[in-house]
Amino acid sequence: MVESAREALGRTLVELARQNPNIVVLDADLASSTRVVYFAQEFPERFFQMGVAEQNMMGVAAGMALMGKIPFVSTFGVFASRRACDQVAISVAHCRLNVKIIGAYSGIVSGNNGATHQAVEDVGIMRAIPHMAVVDPADDIEMEQAVRAIVAYPGPVYLRATRDVWPRVSPEGYQFKLGRAVKVREGSDVTLIGSGMMTSQCVEAAQLLGREGISTRVLHMPTIKPIDIEAVIQAAKETRGIVTAENHNIYGGLGSAVAEVLVEHAPTSMIRVGLCDCYGECGTNAELLHKYGMSPQHIAEAAHYVLEKAARLLRR
Amino acid sequence: MTLLTEERIRYLEETARRIRCHVVRTISEAGVGHPGGSLSEADILTALYFHIMKIDPQRPQWEERDRFVLSKGHGAAGLYATLAERGFFPIDWLKTFGRIDSRLQVHPDMHLVPGVEVSTGALGQGLSVALGMALAARLDGKGIHVYCLIGDGENQEGQIWEAAEAAAHYKVDNLTVILDYNGVQLMGPLREVMEIAPIADKWRSFNWAVAEVNGHDMRQLITTLETIKEVKGQPHIVIAHTVKGKGVSYMEGQSAWHGKAPNQEQLAQALAELGCSQE
Repeated sequence: MVESAREALGRTLVELARQNPNIVVLDADLASSTRVVYFAQEFPERFFQMGVAEQNMMGVAAGMALMGKIPFVSTFGVFASRRACDQVAISVAHCRLNVKIIGAYSGIVSGNNGATHQAVEDVGIMRAIPHMAVVDPADDIEMEQAVRAIVAYPGPVYLRATRDVWPRVSPEGYQFKLGRAVKVREGSDVTLIGSGMMTSQCVEAAQLLGREGISTRVLHMPTIKPIDIEAVIQAAKETRGIVTAENHNIYGGLGSAVAEVLVEHAPTSMIRVGLCDCYGECGTNAELLHKYGMSPQHIAEAAHYVLEKAARLLRR
Repeated sequence: MTLLTEERIRYLEETARRIRCHVVRTISEAGVGHPGGSLSEADILTALYFHIMKIDPQRPQWEERDRFVLSKGHGAAGLYATLAERGFFPIDWLKTFGRIDSRLQVHPDMHLVPGVEVSTGALGQGLSVALGMALAARLDGKGIHVYCLIGDGENQEGQIWEAAEAAAHYKVDNLTVILDYNGVQLMGPLREVMEIAPIADKWRSFNWAVAEVNGHDMRQLITTLETIKEVKGQPHIVIAHTVKGKGVSYMEGQSAWHGKAPNQEQLAQALAELGCSQE
């Protein structure tokens, strides 16, 4: 049965904590939402309820990391990235401490809580912070592997965790590696690069494009920082254009990261799909993705546009 | 524990005086730094590093050591002088303070300086880190005590009160905060910039064990720190009434000396007043 990413996160943390006594969890009154409540139930002595006080929580996690613990900090992406930004930067990242920050309810699809709870700048903020790795898993299988990988990785990580169940995109036998992209669909005309749940929207878009005879590659980019430079260059060289799709503002996130690589290494026709520099609102996930231009249909349209643009450039 | 004889007190006072000499020299040579707060905290740091804390300068990473967090990171010159005087690194390093490629940043960096437990400088953050250290030490059943020095201007930060609430909630009694209450911040006296009084009542109402001392009376400082450490089931705060720029007449109580370096002439006067050797 397919689970949500947050469900896989909560479950995997418990499994890992049974073997690793150094894993501790700090929560800002959202454990039932982020699913670290499972950890709290099994390891009450290693679970620290910090109340609605994210700045202090981030610093306490830093202090615990200094004593050899592997703290997971549980809150929503909006609060982890905005409310506690200075603490993340100075107490965690500048000190290069082994703190894992869970930014739950990522992006616009955050359980109909509206704009205040939709993390649309978190990737941009975290990506700009030196030493911070940024991971945005697509599905439950990948989340489970990502949690294992970041526990093994000694440094600060920002881990996005979406609330709801999205179609699985992880291929059979997939092994998550920090900093490594994964090709979930082969194609030679155009590449759709997605992160998080948006990769499932890319897969759907690729099917739509396939019906029109457009051979579409889907590259899933679970680690937004450090980004897989080689995979992006390869896509630029082997297909005619690139569409990025992110559950985030189009500034500062996946689209920006891919554009940075392309401009420096392999200038290519590209377009970004995501929130166009606006805040969201209430609505179902499907309604929101449709209204804000992030549905599979929109991604497919963007692919057409990028291919036309590539053709124009070729004629010139 | 070393007995607090008159001789011992004199030794500690003499050590604090030497630390103050390092502070004014370091800041004057660098042309940058925070003399006011580095001088007001000197006796507190001396009490901790030369009498109270379980530490070993030869083994700065010794696991069982007590921890100290300088939450008021701009007091770095005072901390460096103390660490150097205690033998964590050569006194010579002080000459590099604030220069390019130096280990001694104007706000302390844990990866560059032996004895610095955590990088600080953004006010309000160190207390939370100290709380995390104390909670982790307790979880592991270790007899480690965590000390944290906060500034009075810093006490205006909201995060301080988040940490105060959490430390009391978790009844963290292996944590002692010292408030360097010199009453003056960058833009002027606290009562004009942002009043924090009645500060003892505020901490008491947050369920902390509170003591007030003259922060320049070595015996009072040490006996209070030792006594309050024994309070169980509550975190502790020692409110140390200090004088900004203590020991240098023209700096005392002056906000202008929060973050300004003395020139050659001013340095000579400071060294003379502190009774420092003039080499």
